[in-house]
This record gives sequence, structure tokens and C-alpha cells, in this order.
Amino acid sequence: MRPISVLFAFIALFLPQLSLADASNDRARGLEIATEADQRDSGWQYQSSDMEMILRNRAGKESRRKISSRQLEVEGDGDKTLSLFHEPRDVRGTAMLTFSHGLEPDDQWLYLPAIKRVKRISSRNRSGPFMGSEFAFEDLSSQELDKYDYRYLQDESCGAYQCYVIERIPLYENSGYTRQIVWLDQAEFRSIKIEYYDRKDELLKTLDFSDYQEYPGGYWRADRMEMTNHQTGKSTTLLWFNYDFETPLKSGDFNKNALKRLL
Amino acid sequence: MDRFSLAWGRWVTRYRAATIALSLLLALGVASGGQFLTFTNDYRVFFGSENVHLQAFEELQDIFSKNDNALIVLAPREGQVFTPETLAAIADVTERAWLTPFSIRVDSLTNFQHTTAIGDDLEVAPLVQDAESLTGSELSRIKAAALNEPALLRRLISPDARVTAINITVELPGVDEATENPRAAAAVRDIRDYIEATYPNMDVYLTGIVMMNQAFQEAAMSDTTQLIPAALAIILLMVFLQLRGLTGTLGTLIVIALSVIAAMGTAGWMGIRLTPPSMSAPTIILTLAVADCVHILSNWLQKIREGLGKQEAMAESIRINFSPVLLTSVTTAIGFLSLNFSDSPPFHDLGNISAVGVMFAWLFSTTLLPALVTLLPAKPRQGRSLITQMMTRLGDWVIKRRRILMPTVGLVIVGLVLVIPRNELNDVFVRYFDERIEFRPHTDFVVDNLTGMYFIDYALDSGESGGISNPAYLAQVERFSNWLAEQPEVMHVSTLTDVFKRVNRSMHSDDPDWYRLPQERDMAAQYLLLYEMSLPYGLDLNNQIDVEKQRTRLSATLETLSTTQTLAFEQRSYDWMRENTPALLTTAASPPIMFSHIGMRNIVSMLGGTAFALIAISLLMIAALRSWRFGLLTLIPNIAPAAMAFGLWALVDGEVGLGLSVVAAMTLGIVVDDTIHFMTKYLRARRDQGLDAAAAVRYSFATVGVALWTTTLALAAGFLVISTSAFSVNAEMGLLVAVVVVLALVVDFLLLPGLLIRFDRWLSGKHAANTGQDPISQTA
Repeated sequence: MRPISVLFAFIALFLPQLSLADASNDRARGLEIATEADQRDSGWQYQSSDMEMILRNRAGKESRRKISSRQLEVEGDGDKTLSLFHEPRDVRGTAMLTFSHGLEPDDQWLYLPAIKRVKRISSRNRSGPFMGSEFAFEDLSSQELDKYDYRYLQDESCGAYQCYVIERIPLYENSGYTRQIVWLDQAEFRSIKIEYYDRKDELLKTLDFSDYQEYPGGYWRADRMEMTNHQTGKSTTLLWFNYDFETPLKSGDFNKNALKRLL
Repeated sequence: MDRFSLAWGRWVTRYRAATIALSLLLALGVASGGQFLTFTNDYRVFFGSENVHLQAFEELQDIFSKNDNALIVLAPREGQVFTPETLAAIADVTERAWLTPFSIRVDSLTNFQHTTAIGDDLEVAPLVQDAESLTGSELSRIKAAALNEPALLRRLISPDARVTAINITVELPGVDEATENPRAAAAVRDIRDYIEATYPNMDVYLTGIVMMNQAFQEAAMSDTTQLIPAALAIILLMVFLQLRGLTGTLGTLIVIALSVIAAMGTAGWMGIRLTPPSMSAPTIILTLAVADCVHILSNWLQKIREGLGKQEAMAESIRINFSPVLLTSVTTAIGFLSLNFSDSPPFHDLGNISAVGVMFAWLFSTTLLPALVTLLPAKPRQGRSLITQMMTRLGDWVIKRRRILMPTVGLVIVGLVLVIPRNELNDVFVRYFDERIEFRPHTDFVVDNLTGMYFIDYALDSGESGGISNPAYLAQVERFSNWLAEQPEVMHVSTLTDVFKRVNRSMHSDDPDWYRLPQERDMAAQYLLLYEMSLPYGLDLNNQIDVEKQRTRLSATLETLSTTQTLAFEQRSYDWMRENTPALLTTAASPPIMFSHIGMRNIVSMLGGTAFALIAISLLMIAALRSWRFGLLTLIPNIAPAAMAFGLWALVDGEVGLGLSVVAAMTLGIVVDDTIHFMTKYLRARRDQGLDAAAAVRYSFATVGVALWTTTLALAAGFLVISTSAFSVNAEMGLLVAVVVVLALVVDFLLLPGLLIRFDRWLSGKHAANTGQDPISQTA
């Protein structure tokens, strides 16, 4: 046997073990990157912002929604979010309160001004479209670390950045996805792009983040998020304005009673 | 012309190797285009891209979402859907259905998003959860909910609760059309196989647009693999019996094979996608190509029998046949090219491929055929005097009995023409396939037991952004939905108003009195928002509501209707809207609407095509016969056969669909061939040999009678083979063409001789073609 074939035989013999070792390495690495990203976006305590949503159908017809929201960081659990709808006119004053959790289903309530009542939203359905858009609840809700299983894939340049590419598999129940692939820039660990794969593991949607701004405390927020549905040709753009990390918010601002007092 | 054709005949029989080589090179070169041929698998090919009804439907689907679907229908043998076992099976199949390639939505009994009031809250949850552990009372609660739910009844569950369905909505990207639908269909069939293996006490039926598209492809393929070989075998047998020699039969086989592959190659180069209609082109070409070969070979054998050498005899045969064979090929091609008037692109393809094939057949039968057969041994047998004698006797009889025959045949023609209007336009596209194509029996079962395959969509516009929550608009939509539901043809109505009513009821503790529309706009909008937020992935309302919340899609499922009934229903719905809900008035859109209109439009446009073919062919006849009077006379034997055939059709069947609307134009070019052969021989006798009309008729019968008889037999046989197609559009077309071809021979044999003798004075009165004094025939 020539030395070179001995080498090949040797490699072949150990390849399975090597890749197995690689697999657990990749998982550790993936979790490490996700943890770093999570760390860098921790400690802001509270924030508020305005958002405009532009929905487009295949024919290019557009429709707009306007929402403002407040968020409270919760140590050891998911964030609390309060969203107030301004447009379309018919749902003006409607407000939504979300207590997101890790693996547990979120708690969610909706205040309907037309009947002046707060209604609990069935909690198991996180996968449906948010206000008819291409964003699902699960795309918009806070991305707790323990919601996914992570795996590092590779380094790759993504637009102007150099990125880590990681795969994450939802661990919570009733997700609409089998997996997501996330591009995070290596310098700031910001999400640059996310691909969503549906139940048949085919590319369903791509989310592109752009126009990142840095806010006091070193927190980065994208002013523009573009979600494209590859299967239906529909798309949704989110534009963010008026990020505010200064005005203090407290836990008492985030309960069912607060919903009615927003407008 | 004589000199040219003689030179042609000499050249091809002298430079045989070169002729064969050049012909093969041309045929194979053109045939290489066949690599680009693909079968289509999209019913939309039946409509041109500028078809307004297709555009309306595409537009509607752009506003909401596509609703191409595959329907998996389950019928438990024990006859009861609401058992833990069956419901568990449905849930299992529903899960698997999500894995169908290109699926964007799966609806079933189990994942139906049922709303209930729990305390003060709105609970939206799948109708069936943990099916195995359901108790009797839970089962009856689920059954009652399902059978009372307008969104489910007669769509996913039959009223007797014996049959249920899982509906998979797919969105084919259209990137690689050749593989997308087949992939989806194959996955659905895999699910069927899985169900049959896992739940043996359950019958499975598959239908829906995906399966129908697949049926189009399978029908085209079955025509290719079954009809073409059958037609080839029958035709070759007939040629063999006619020529009684292997050499001629082999030569004919090569000519028709090359004509077919060259024509299909041309189709490939032209980028034509094969459809069931265009897949009858090969059978048509090989049927028509035979006539050229038979004419040339019979005269060749006859000349050899008369003592000429093989090559000499062939040169002579080419001289005699060159003009008539060219003329008949050109007229046949014109008939086929007139199919370009059709509104349905597959018929353009059928016409163009056939026309190209017919011209290739002419080319190869005057080049390759003479070169080839003169290289092979040929020992013509004596005889066949019997049939020739019979033809001569037939001629005598026709001449003797013409005073009875002419009015009799004339009356039959008039009688049949009078009943033509009794034909009714009818295109039932789900019945395009016969029982051999799985889609048909499955769809029949589904229509009989569960839900319709016909649907009509209306995009109802409220006129303002967010307007779908406007109570005034909703009230109108509800009225229209109710009216639709009351129509006898309607099996199911899918309407957003049912969603509003259901949510409103659940917002009021499931009180049935509250099963009605919300009375305030913002309340309706907020209820809808709450409900939409509770829906999971793939079960949203985006297929019913546009992004601006300005329009809703109202979808009515109908039982299988005829074209006239569909058009009448469509019109009735417009009339009702105009009268009662004028603000909603919009055009309906759906495949049944498209197929109904195209049947009608196609008949109108093919009248134009027929007129075109008639004028072009008549001008050619006048020029060829060098007499406008004879040319005009031939109108009778050219038009009568198709007219009689449609009269007969009215008496026997009476339903005219897409396939039949092209028959008149298409057959014109074929039936004219008989007339050309009969008339050229008649005129040759009358003008060159100075015979009187009766003697010239007798001469015609003696010289071409046998050839006409055998080519008619061959044509009828070829088209009868097409009439066995599993695709009814082709089958009906083939049958009617066969009838036309036979009637053409009847008219040529029984009526034309009488006319020639009766109007001999007028016909020959001014005709002076021999002396060149007729100004009209000179300019013609």
C-alpha cells in the first residue's frame, strides 16, 4: 500500500468520528455566537419606538399599518411588550400586550376599543401572520436564547460585513418553521439576514435588516426590515422610527389595565 | 409543370444515393429539435396569454393568493368519518400533506380553526385535537360543529358525514414548469399510497387542479404511446394490402416516419409545448402522408406492369402525380393552418405541426420514396381487376341513376344541414378525460359524494381601504352570498361574512342569536384583527382578504355544469348583482368560466378560420382546374361533408366542444383532395380526350376510383384510431373527421357525377381553358 492511500484509509476510518466531533463543536460554537449576540443586546432595560409596516401583494399593491411600541426587559424571562395600533383607522387604539417566555407559550392580550374590552389571544398560535403581513408573531417576538437549538455553519461575507452563519431550530411548540439560518456580523453580532424554512424544509421567507443605528449603551437597531415571501411573491417592509432608550418605563406600565389607558 | 415534374422525377431516380442522403440529413437535422419538446401540465395552455378570462383569473389570484389545489378525499368503508380512528387518520394525513412540494396551505376537518367562547375570551383552536382519545360526547360535539359550519359542509365534509377531504393549496413557482406539477402530483399520490397501506379500511380519491393538470400530461402521453403505434400498424397493413408488396410498404413506412419526426422536430425548434390536442398531430400526419405514397406507388407499379423499367416507371409516375400530390398537400396544409384562427393555442400547435408534417410528407414522397423503392426489388403482381371493375360498375350505376341519386343526396344534405343548429355548445372540462385516466372516476366520485370541481370566484371591492369591515358592504356581501347559496347549481359558498358571523357569535358566549354580522365598522375590524391574530401558519385569511382589506374573495362551488349552464349562471349572477348589489358588481373568474367562454369564442373564431380556408382553397381549385365554374362547383362536394357530419352529430350526440369546433376548417383541406383527384381526371378526359360528360365520369371512376376508396379507408381508419383517445377532445374530433372523410367520398361518388353531367352545358359553356379565351380563368 502506498503511503498516500494509507493516509486516505486513515482519514476514511476516522472521518465519522471527526464529523461527530465537528457536529458537537458546531453546536457549541453556534450557541456561543448566539449567546454573544444575546449578551450584547442585554441590559437596555426599556425602549420605545414607532413602526410603519408596508404590505405588498404579488401585483405590487401596497397597504400601510402604523404601530408604536414599548418594551421592558425582564431578567430571566422574555420581554414584555406593549403595542398600540394607529393605522389602519378601524383598529386605531387597539393595543396588544405580550409577555414573552422562552419555551413556554407567550401570554398575550388584545384591547379592543370598540367594545372597551381586553381579550386574551389563544396562545398556541405563534406562527400566523401579524396583521396580514409576511411577519409571523414568532418573527417579531423577543428572541430568547433558549427558544432554539443552534449550530454554527460557516463564516461568510454578507454585503458590507463579514458574517457568522448559524442555523437555529425552534424548540418551542407550534412553530411554522423547521429551521432558520441567521447571518450575524462578526463585529457587532447584529442580525443581517434570516432565512426561514417551512415545514417541508423549503425556503419560505428571507428577512433582510438594513440601516443599522447605534443607540446609547451600544445597542444597535435596524431602521429597515424587509421580509420577502418566496412562495407567494408577497413582501412586507418594516420601517422603525423614534427609538428611545431614555424615557423610563416600569413594570406597572405593562399590565392588562394599562392597555386601556394608552389612548 | 409537366417538364419540371418529369425533370424532378428523373433527377431523384438517377441520383438516388444523393437524394436519400440529402433527405435523411434534412429529416434528422430538423428532427433534432425534438430534444426541446416537453409535455405541458397546466390547463392554462388552453388559453392565450391575452385571453381576457384568463387575465381576470390571474389578476384575482394576484390580489389574494393562488388556489391551485390537490384534494385528497377519504371515504372510510364503515361509512362514518366521526370516529377516533378516522379523525386520527385525517390528522395524520393533514400533517403529511404539509410536506407536499409547493404547498402553501392545508385545510382539513381536523385543523379547521374552530372558534369558541371560553369565559370572556375568544378561543381559536383546531376542531379536532388528540383524536384517538375522544369520547362519544366529544365526537358528537365535533360532528355537530362540523356539519353546522358553512365553511366545511359540502367542501370538506359530506352532509351524511361519510366522506371527508383534505385540501392542499399549492403555489407552483413556474420556474421549471415541466417538473413542478408532476412533483406535486407525485407527492400527493405518495400520500395516497401511504393512506392505503396504513389505513386499509379507507378508500382514497384524488382530484383538484394539480391532478387535472397531471391528467392532461398523462392523456397526451397515453395518446403518444398507444394511438401512434396503433395507427401506424393499421395504416401499414392497409398499404400492404393495397400495394401487395413489401418494398412499397417499407418505403411508405420510412416516409411517414420521417415526416412525423421532422414535424415534431420542427415543433421542438418552434418551442411548442406538447398538449393533448397537439399530440394527435403525429397520428394525423402519418394518416395523411400515406395518401401521397399510395398515389405515387400505385402509378409506379402500374407503369412497371405496363413494361417500363423501375426508374423510368417512377419518373413517369412522378410526372403524373407531381401536381395533384402537391396541390392536395397544399390544400391540406391550408386547412390545418386555418386552425391558427382558434382562440386556444394548443389547436394552433396542432394545425401548424400537422401542416408542416403534410408538407414534409409531400417532399419525402417525391424524393426519398422514389429513390428508395427503385433501389429495392419490386415485383408487381397482376390482378386487382375486381375492385377496378366494381368501380367502373359503380360509375355506370351512378350515371344511370343520377336523376334519383342527385335529389336524394341533395335532400339528405339539406335535411342534415337543417338540424345542425340542434347542436349544443358544451365543454365540460372535467369530462375531457375518459375512465382510463384516473382523474375522471375519482373526480366523478367526489362530485357525487362531496363537493364540486367547478368554482366561480368574485373579487368583491368595497371601494375603500379597510372597507371590508364596513357593515353596509358586509350586508351586501351577505345578501349576495345568500343568493348564491340558494341557487340550485351551488354546492358551497365560501364567504368572509361567515367568518365575521362566527367570530361575533363567539364574542357573545357562543350565543346562536349572535350569529350575525357586527353592526359597527371598527368593531368588525377589531374582531377580525383578534381572530386573525389567533390563526396559525398557513391557515390565515390572506386567501380571502387583500392586503388593503378592501376586497374579499367570494367563492362559489358548483356542481358540474354544461357550457351553456355555466354561462347562464354567470350572467344570472351579474343580473342579480346589478339589480340588488350594484356596488359589488364585478366579473366572475375561474377555470370553468374560462373554459365556457373559450368554447363559444372558439366556434366564432373558427367560423373565420373555416371561411379563410374555404376561400383560399376555392381560389386554388379555380386556378388548378383553370375554370372558375368548375372551381365554384367544387364548393358543393367540399362543404357538404362537414355540414352533413355536424348534422349527423346533432342527431347522435348533439354536444359540440372545443375539439369539434376545429373540425370543419381542418377537414376542408382533406376532403378537397378527393375532389381534386376526381376532377383532374374528369377534366383530362373531357378536355384532352374530348369525351362527353358521362364518359368522362366513367373514366374518372376507372382511374381514381380505387385510389380514392383506399385513401378514404386509410384516412377513416387513422382518425378512428384517434377517436379511441382517452382525451375526449381528441376522441370526438377523430370520430367526426372520420365521418366527414367517409361522407366526402359518398358525395364525390354519388352527387358530383350527377352535377357534372347535369350542369355540363353551363360548366363547359364558356370554359375555354384549352384555347385560353376565358378572361376569368386567365386571371385566376
